[in-house]
Amino acid sequence: MIDPKELKYTKDHEWIRYEGDEAYIGISDFAQSELGDLVFVNLPEIDDEVVAGEAFGDVESVKAVSDVLSPVTGVVVEINEELLDDASLINNDPYGAWFIKVGSITAEDELLSAEDYDKFIEEEA
Amino acid sequence: MKLIFEKSIPGRGQDIFPACDVPEVLPKAELRKAKVHLPEISENEMGRHYTALAKRAHGVNDGFYPLGSCTMKHNPRINEKMANLPGFAKLHPLQPASTVQGANELIADLEKMLCEITGMDGVTFQPAAGAHGEFTGLLLIKAYHHDRGDDERCEILVPDAAHGTNPASATMAGYKSVTIKSNENGTVDLEDLKAHLGPKTAGLMLTNPNTVGLFDPNIMEITRLVHEAGGLCYYDGANLNAVIGIVRPADIGFDVIHMNLHKTFSTPHGGGGPGSGPCAFKDFLAPFAPGLVCRDGKYVRAEKSIGNMTGFYGNFLVMVKAYTYLLTIGKDVHTLAENAVLNANYMQEKLKDLYPIAFDTTCMHEFVIGLDPIYRKTHVSALDVAKALLDYGIHPPTIYFPLIVHEALMIEPTETETKETLDEAIQAFREIYDRIFNAPESVQQAPQTTPVLRLDDTKAAREPHLRFTFE
Repeated sequence: MIDPKELKYTKDHEWIRYEGDEAYIGISDFAQSELGDLVFVNLPEIDDEVVAGEAFGDVESVKAVSDVLSPVTGVVVEINEELLDDASLINNDPYGAWFIKVGSITAEDELLSAEDYDKFIEEEA
Repeated sequence: MKLIFEKSIPGRGQDIFPACDVPEVLPKAELRKAKVHLPEISENEMGRHYTALAKRAHGVNDGFYPLGSCTMKHNPRINEKMANLPGFAKLHPLQPASTVQGANELIADLEKMLCEITGMDGVTFQPAAGAHGEFTGLLLIKAYHHDRGDDERCEILVPDAAHGTNPASATMAGYKSVTIKSNENGTVDLEDLKAHLGPKTAGLMLTNPNTVGLFDPNIMEITRLVHEAGGLCYYDGANLNAVIGIVRPADIGFDVIHMNLHKTFSTPHGGGGPGSGPCAFKDFLAPFAPGLVCRDGKYVRAEKSIGNMTGFYGNFLVMVKAYTYLLTIGKDVHTLAENAVLNANYMQEKLKDLYPIAFDTTCMHEFVIGLDPIYRKTHVSALDVAKALLDYGIHPPTIYFPLIVHEALMIEPTETETKETLDEAIQAFREIYDRIFNAPESVQQAPQTTPVLRLDDTKAAREPHLRFTFE
């Protein structure tokens, strides 16, 4: 899959999509394919603070549980409750299946363009 | 195969008992309103049901069982014989102390032996399993800091190669679990450890040798650094089989440890338990010990006890089996570790020309294959190799763990396997390697000879059916 150009990516394989002052966060196609079939997702609650580079939730596949790190520091304004019932949405449509929407953003981790991210995962693999 | 509840026919039972002719004396209010759902099945049918289940399972008695970090060694029959002696098997924990002196002596003797093996000063046998032992040890650490008024210490450092139970136990004990990275050699990254040590550090949990089967060469410095920061050092004894009789955890700076009697000390586990995870500690932690402790010939509560971790003495009959094992082996206890390490290195050496070894050096009691490069080329995964081994009558190794190795297969042969068994397993691995490249689909479609073929573990995890629903 070619990663969407309008998104930014982290080296920990999350994506972020800004909409005005707020941002949607999810995990990349590479991340979901490495993790395998996802069976469970843990998300923060609305109004929780998230910190750039720190875990805000986790995903569980049949292999393992992995942390999901936040690309930004801010406050959770919305969570994608659909994922809690059906984690396979992330496998099927990683760039549609956002995890959380963050507002009051004050800091940002190092973010990569789609092109740089594709290069990064090629080197890593 | 049907569940026992599906085999149940109303009214069918084990009518070898005559009808009850004792009048019911319990008041109505105390009686159950609804009937208990018990399967109604004849004794003959029930016997067949469990025999059929046993035939479909794979235990240590069925074949090679190299499940990494689980130490699936042979369970000597003499252990069972001793545990079945009526003087042990028919004890009740509330019977008068004067009638259980033999059992008390056994507990005291076993405590001495485990102190000698670990270098610790005391042991509590209350924990019923390994993770329960971890939890107990962490509560001791917490009670120690609290007693000194040092309540700022809220973090337990856990290496990224740790058993998953370590961060879980730390969280259960009310601590924040902080991950410490491994270095390129697969052991603790000292710089990352230093960066995370501080006034918040309550302790470090470490498995040594760790889950990639390596003994940390910096262990003395690691435990010194943790102590200097004011933390305590917890030894996860799950891998004790690699060093028993050779290295004492207390001598390398640990303050508290749990052992798995059902791994290192040959008592059954993996469905055949129950387990026992005694927690050994240094003297300064003794005031916080759980349960009852023996002082001057009497069982009393320790001054600042953390309370009960379970009822009474713990799983006593498991202790009888471990005691029997240690008496049987006697002073040769170090040979367990020597042969466990020898067997693991033999297998590693015989496989490393084909399979990529995660950290290619002399290993301890287990080693880890990182199948990732092969998976990238062939799309045959660690899961596929594990499933293919089933057709050779071999229980698969631990897979996808430790997390720091991609497509991990973690192999622990234990010391109780013969060279012939190891050679057969090596042959199976080598045949599977050929099939990965010449007939990959045969590996991806394995197993073919088991009662059920490849199971849909994703569906099982996404839509678990955890209990039978009665009509």
